[in-house]
Amino acid sequence: MKAMGSTPALIIRDLVKTFTAPSGQRTEVLRIPFFQLEAGQQRAIRGESGLGKTTLMHIIAGIMEPDSGFVAVGGTEVTGLSEARRDRLRAERIGYVFQTFNLLQGLSAVENVMLGLAFGKGAEAGAALAALERVGLADRAHYLPRQLSTGQQQRVAVARALANRPCLILADEPTGNLDAARGRKVIDLLRESASELGSALLVASHDPEVLSAFDQAIDLAALNQVSPREEEV
Amino acid sequence: MLFLLIRRGLRQHLVSTAVAVLLVALGMGLVVSVWVVRAEAEQSFTRSASGFDAVLGARGSKLQLVLNGLFHQEASPGNITAEDYQQVKALPMVDRAIPIVVGDNFRGVRLVGVSDDFFQNLEYAPDHVYTVEPGGRAFQVGQKEAVVGSLAAHQLGWSIGTTFHPFHGLDYNPEAQHSEIFTVVGLLAPTNTPADRVIWVPLEGVQRLGGHDPAAFTDLSAVLIRFKPGAQAAGLMLDTRYNRQGKRLTLAWPVASILGDLFAKFAWFEQALQALAYMVAVVAGASVFSSVYSSMSARKRDLAILRALGAHRGFLIAAVLGESAGIGLLGCALGFGLYAAIASTVQEILRTRIGVLFEPWAWNPVMVWGPVLMLALSIAAGILPAWRAYRLSVADGLSPLS
Repeated sequence: MKAMGSTPALIIRDLVKTFTAPSGQRTEVLRIPFFQLEAGQQRAIRGESGLGKTTLMHIIAGIMEPDSGFVAVGGTEVTGLSEARRDRLRAERIGYVFQTFNLLQGLSAVENVMLGLAFGKGAEAGAALAALERVGLADRAHYLPRQLSTGQQQRVAVARALANRPCLILADEPTGNLDAARGRKVIDLLRESASELGSALLVASHDPEVLSAFDQAIDLAALNQVSPREEEV
Repeated sequence: MLFLLIRRGLRQHLVSTAVAVLLVALGMGLVVSVWVVRAEAEQSFTRSASGFDAVLGARGSKLQLVLNGLFHQEASPGNITAEDYQQVKALPMVDRAIPIVVGDNFRGVRLVGVSDDFFQNLEYAPDHVYTVEPGGRAFQVGQKEAVVGSLAAHQLGWSIGTTFHPFHGLDYNPEAQHSEIFTVVGLLAPTNTPADRVIWVPLEGVQRLGGHDPAAFTDLSAVLIRFKPGAQAAGLMLDTRYNRQGKRLTLAWPVASILGDLFAKFAWFEQALQALAYMVAVVAGASVFSSVYSSMSARKRDLAILRALGAHRGFLIAAVLGESAGIGLLGCALGFGLYAAIASTVQEILRTRIGVLFEPWAWNPVMVWGPVLMLALSIAAGILPAWRAYRLSVADGLSPLS
């Protein structure tokens, strides 16, 4: 993998993704000619439900493969990697915050954060505790998720995403399950932490409160030039 | 991290995990018990032949002679004369010939009349001879004295100096008490053989008890024979003399083969137990499958999260198979505990009822293949759930989509 240096955190070029409906119809959900996020840059993507925000995030993270196009994270082309290498890249360079927190209910807060390190640099309790301290939850390190409030759970998820000091943090509707006040706190936390770590931050949301926290919110509808017609397979 | 996830996975589904572990333990305990108890019981009986190669007695069943002469079970098939004993004793290939007489008891504990040769450097196992515990002595010929086996002494609460009136017959009948009084003069040091279960008295002590037939005062129940080392051909010779050409006496030889025939009679029971053990093992495997499969299905989202965090598919396979292997390992450990409980019960029964020493931890291949079988079954039960985990779509697992 190439060294990060000052290369852009994210480059997307000529990205196309289609899904096949149960009826056999192929539906194009993403067609993005170009998008770039510089190292350390913070951007929000605005889009209503069903417009492909999660699909885009999954493709950037290498969870899902596009039909065609080019995606590079920290100078490494994700779209050219095998699944195993994409897993590795995701573990080492990408932090992911989900709408539903996605914490493992059987693990404590610190163990959940250690998961964020386990598949990259290696699970280390010290680094996990430091990440929890960063989000103000060091005193809840050994609580199970069910023993934490929703806001605290999302902060644990943020700590997990930050733990491996990624070059790119992806947050998919990170405040979707929080009230406005807690949502704002989580967004501020994400932004501050990303700044401190020098990580780029890409937040996908439809929440105006979240979007207002960013200098610039990109409209996915403008970025995504999907063909209006659906072709029969 | 893998082990942490496996441990927590097992704990999260505690009830189904516990049921699966218990079934694996049951399967493992039964498989090991059936195989070891069968093999070790036969070994124990053979070891307990007290170092004798053959038993000479009245015409009848060889098994009955062995059980009566060496294990102090069953009745004697009849008597033989003192001349028969003298003849066999005089044969050059015979190392030791010990005459015994049975027919009396004390509250169910058998009295065995024996010659004083019994206490003269007679080996019951290599480098182990019958000895009297310090403070006591061997009985004197012609006296109403007794040396008591260690289990019998414990059971009766006897010590040196205890006196008793024997009862007639092999089974205890309170109405049939002899008037003679015997005195305990020694306690036999424990031998872990059936000798520990009886009261040893001089031959005449049994032969000449009141009510016994005066015409049979010199008759014997059997002669226990040990051949000289390297004189195995002697067995064949005596077999021909007594069993094929003669019609009055029976030579029970070789003892191990006769005991093997005894165990062969119970082969059907052993096979039924083996089938039962295999069935339980299969049910245990199904239970592991059910537990791991439901655990995997319930944690589909967790597995998707792991993948999203960078875990490769192999990690998920290892996590699921690790759970099934964990159930297998816990079950095997518990299974050994179950076996230990079964074995100690069998050990106690054989020790107290027959005087045979059962060694539950003696080497037996099932100690290895038993746990390997259960572990393999458990891991095999995890293959399908692991395959499902391997095939898991991360995107589907991480719903809801925006």
